[in-house]
Amino acid sequence: MSILVNKDTKVIVQGFTGGEGTFHAEQCMAYGTNIVGGVTPGKGGQVHLGKPVFNTVKEAVAATGATVSMVFVPPAFVGDAVMEAASAGIDLAVIITEGAPVRDMQAAKACAVKNGMMTIGPNCPGVITAEECKIGIMPGNIFKKGNVGLISKSGTLTYEGANQVCNEGYGITTAVGIGGDPIIGLSYKQLLPMFEADPETEAIVMIGEIGGDLEIQAAKFIKENITKPVVAFIAGQSAPPGKRMGHAGAIISGSAGTAKEKMDALEAAGVKVVISPAEIGKAVKEVLS
Amino acid sequence: MNIHEYQAKQIFQKYGVPTPKGIIAHSVDEAVENAKELGGPVWVVKAQIHAGGRGLGGGVKLAKSLDEVRTLADEILGMTLVTHQTGPEGKLVQKVYIEDGADIKDELYLSVVLDRAAEMPIIMASTEGGMDIETVAEKTPEKIIKVAVDPAFGFQGYHGRELVFGLDITDKAEQKKMIQFAQKLYKLYMENDAEMIEINPLIKTGSGDFLALDGKMGFDDSALYRHPEIEAMRDITEEDPDEREASQYGLSYIALDGEIGCMVNGAGLAMGTMDTINYMGGTPANFLDVGGTANAETVAKGFEIILKNPNVKAIFVNIFGGIVRCDRIANGILEATKLVDVNVPVIVRLDGTNAPEAAEILKNANIDNVIAATDLGDGAAKAVAAAKGEL
Repeated sequence: MSILVNKDTKVIVQGFTGGEGTFHAEQCMAYGTNIVGGVTPGKGGQVHLGKPVFNTVKEAVAATGATVSMVFVPPAFVGDAVMEAASAGIDLAVIITEGAPVRDMQAAKACAVKNGMMTIGPNCPGVITAEECKIGIMPGNIFKKGNVGLISKSGTLTYEGANQVCNEGYGITTAVGIGGDPIIGLSYKQLLPMFEADPETEAIVMIGEIGGDLEIQAAKFIKENITKPVVAFIAGQSAPPGKRMGHAGAIISGSAGTAKEKMDALEAAGVKVVISPAEIGKAVKEVLS
Repeated sequence: MNIHEYQAKQIFQKYGVPTPKGIIAHSVDEAVENAKELGGPVWVVKAQIHAGGRGLGGGVKLAKSLDEVRTLADEILGMTLVTHQTGPEGKLVQKVYIEDGADIKDELYLSVVLDRAAEMPIIMASTEGGMDIETVAEKTPEKIIKVAVDPAFGFQGYHGRELVFGLDITDKAEQKKMIQFAQKLYKLYMENDAEMIEINPLIKTGSGDFLALDGKMGFDDSALYRHPEIEAMRDITEEDPDEREASQYGLSYIALDGEIGCMVNGAGLAMGTMDTINYMGGTPANFLDVGGTANAETVAKGFEIILKNPNVKAIFVNIFGGIVRCDRIANGILEATKLVDVNVPVIVRLDGTNAPEAAEILKNANIDNVIAATDLGDGAAKAVAAAKGEL
């Protein structure tokens, strides 16, 4: 078991024939992801990487029965692409593209919600169910199959966390990089209950960042609803106030959204909070033994 | 991207948001000319820098004669203005805005920002204008009115009513003016892909008009491509030269005051690396995210920027390759040692895509001050030791 995606999930790629789309679609297929085709407007009817190319998501869904879309289109077209996926009946859009305008994502998210489509990202590494299905840009080889679920705002900390978990002899059920943009899709609060319900997941790692209050909401949710052990790390304890550290999300203003506030809230909810990301693996070992 | 007050007011005027009349000046003579053109009898001379708190710092002064305009412009132009938002080093004032003096009856506060939780813009208003709004929010949160506007449906009548009744505006004509003010502000926020607009204070004049006495605007960098007229307002003298140079190479750099230079891929891991260095008793000299497309050239540039900081005693390169391939980073490190005089120990931890190839490249190069680390903890420990001269 796992959450969201598995070896049977039928995936299409929006922006299939572009440079990034091609490179990563190939990597995903090599990992075992069931990519059934792709969409590039104007290239419908062609075959790319041995899979059919469609002009529209609607055609792709009708022909392949795809339920998940991996979005690689350039930033200016992300909003449009996500709305297209939502209106075509896709269940989950995984948006990898970085630099989509906030206003576009706002509209796209509202459209997705209205059509009952889940989204992950944008500006994220994607989602991976270990040794079954990789939808995104993470290095697949570090995700060994196991019993730890992982949720992270940061891409590279997803890899760091998963790698440590695997080096301790454990493995991953599903890892989700949710992204750190101002508007994101699935977040801790939606993913935690999925891991709680997944019989194979025995512990959950959540990696957060300064800025916003998603981790505070997660802490409240964990306290009331999650029985499985949770290990957490919040990046940015040493970030000076008012400085923007790459992610739009990583902005501290006043006392809201500081690392300390989040760490305290999580600790109060019974979460094992680590001070350095280098301790994630050890902490997982501790809560599982 | 942020812009100056005078630029924000140009955008306000374009949308019919009322402001006092003003003209920007780059010299003392120009300031006096502008004052003559405005007519007086009272002017405000305002330093233009990208930071709040200008008034308290001595950058905003009232002039009652042309001679006074000259004296004040001379005093403010070229001064280094220190406010609670500039840091102790302050900012050099290169432009002054000469503005008509206004007849202030009441000072209000109005802003538009994105509410991440509601996933839509929120208009915030308060009767406590002219004060630090964060203090108001902390001490008297009930004095801040928040009205979320769903872009799918736009600004409705009830949004306006919630604002004016919340602000205790009872006069019908004044209510109408205030509602139009807020509606126009919302429109310009949406149409220009603004990240935030803040007017503090928004004043009510003796004759019952509302005027934006100040104006701060920031924009979504990702959307600037569709607003060339706003991109043209960029003032590069307001940006940190090192941060700017870094951004031209796709690097995200922020100088800090510690001793260990950091070069990391991904903002989260970069912050996590800084946290680990702190945890182990060291101090990070910078935040540097090499991004997803790092290559030999960008890595070499990264070293150059890090080493400009004389406090750097060691460099910790921490890369977990996903999109970034580690062999590229390894080549970048070799390249850097040829282009830049890397005179401090460099601790290198490369993991993920093509890590074995990267290790081979570095091993074969056999450079004295490049020290390999096995993981994040090991790398941070070695960097802290190296900075203390104990490695």
